[in-house]
Amino acid sequence: MDAGINWTALAVFVFFFVLVTVMGFWASRWMAGPSNKGAHLDEWGLGGRNFGAWITWFLVGGDFYTAYTVIAVPALVYAVGAYGFFALPYTILVYPIVFLIMPKLWHAAHKAGHVTAADVVYGRYQSRPLEFAIALTGVVATMPYIALQLIGMEVVIKALGLTGELPLLAAFVILALYTYSAGLRAPALIAFVKDLMIYIVVLVAVVVVPAKLGGYGVVFDSAREVFANKGGATGLTLKPSQFLPFATLALGSAMAAFMYPHTLTGIFAAKDANTIRKNAVFLPAYTVLLGLIALLGFMAYAAGVKVQTNNDVVPALFNGLFPSWFAGFAFAAIAIGALVPAAVMSIGASNLFTRNFWKPYVNPGISNEGEAKVAKVVSLVVKLGALVFILFLPTKFALDLQLLGGVWILQTFPALVFGLFVGWFGARALLCGWAVGIVCGSWMAFADGIKPVHSFTVGGDQYSMYTGLIALALNIVVAVVANLVLGKGSRPALRSAA
Amino acid sequence: MRLLLLLPFIGLLWVPFYNKELPALWGFPFFYWYQFAWVPLTSLLIWLVFRDGLKKGEE
Repeated sequence: MDAGINWTALAVFVFFFVLVTVMGFWASRWMAGPSNKGAHLDEWGLGGRNFGAWITWFLVGGDFYTAYTVIAVPALVYAVGAYGFFALPYTILVYPIVFLIMPKLWHAAHKAGHVTAADVVYGRYQSRPLEFAIALTGVVATMPYIALQLIGMEVVIKALGLTGELPLLAAFVILALYTYSAGLRAPALIAFVKDLMIYIVVLVAVVVVPAKLGGYGVVFDSAREVFANKGGATGLTLKPSQFLPFATLALGSAMAAFMYPHTLTGIFAAKDANTIRKNAVFLPAYTVLLGLIALLGFMAYAAGVKVQTNNDVVPALFNGLFPSWFAGFAFAAIAIGALVPAAVMSIGASNLFTRNFWKPYVNPGISNEGEAKVAKVVSLVVKLGALVFILFLPTKFALDLQLLGGVWILQTFPALVFGLFVGWFGARALLCGWAVGIVCGSWMAFADGIKPVHSFTVGGDQYSMYTGLIALALNIVVAVVANLVLGKGSRPALRSAA
Repeated sequence: MRLLLLLPFIGLLWVPFYNKELPALWGFPFFYWYQFAWVPLTSLLIWLVFRDGLKKGEE
């Protein structure tokens, strides 16, 4: 990237950043309807549970397709080609899963006033240890995810020509303050601006870039040529050894996606179950966008973009092919695209902390007002943690933890989902399954040197699969066996939550 | 009706079926446009199941 500050781009960038900051602070008064409960966790942490189909669409889309996605997916496609496209089947398959599971989860949460996944689990099984396991997994898996959003922001700030940690710090303080004051309403409102900007950027890019380079045929041809010279497991199509990793990564990621606290927060904030069903129908629109974004990785080859680290591919492409003002607009879109999910993630983690650590173990008699207060403070701590992470630890550490986080969060699937459909499982069995899944999943990942896929040999043939999915299979097997051995336990399976 | 939701899983997880470059469409190799095609298709399938559920008065 060229040295020196790109002033035009920077000016456009700052303009949009200030715009969303103002919106963020104003958001505390937005959508505060007649049902407003004042100082209550439902208001701060779930926006009053009043979001209709449109707001939910922007909110869930905004926190599911993150700034890091915009940077990392094209970077992966740039590096390995077809394999990086597993993000496409992943973000398609997630919607049938959302459609079948999430309305049921919403009902369970709404009836009893649950705010988090761990609340729902406790409500169903009345087991503090299982609740603790689910909440802990959620918090731990979310932290590196927030850190990744900062990496996304760092990449575009660097592309503007700014150096040092100060710009990132400033962006972060702003984010922390308006999340503190407006809660989930801030990212929900900002998501409108973010998405509008991202859509404009991507639509312009996928029309203009190929037009400048000579069409999509040329884009794919130049990528094919580069991969042919590079050799290895790269190319415009998959190698047979990549079939199973590709499919299992897509499926496992799709099952894990809505186990994360931030995506669930979007679900719990919906005003009714049909809002969620409608969103399962219309959210795939974002997947088209994601697929087009992924293609930027190939366009970089046609444009002859050279980068030191793969993550710089998208910024380099915009800096190279577009006028400064549009590059600034694109970078602002990506940076704001980091704010929305980072805010929702920190809110999701704070909700978990407040409801499932603070309330049961520190202050069981806490008032609604007290809950909201604790959550607000925790949201600051969580974000500070992520910032420290980025400033003082190597980036690779955040990436590794994020990968492990995916494996871990997938292990909460049985505890959270099975109870919605069958009443057969007991808390102790699910806890055994969870523990085995976490331990085996982490062990496999570490043994492989933190790789997403694990290889094993069956009858002389090597098979590679997504580690998280293998761990989930073990998890379920152990839960079934443990349930047969231990029985369901004598506690009542259903009682409204305390 | 809900079985319709299995179709995207079959269509997208059966990778060898679409792991080829031809036939290309507007310069897009088959591998890519096939996956893109599943986006509106999946939306449509979910919508059909959703509408069916509404008719039956599902809550």
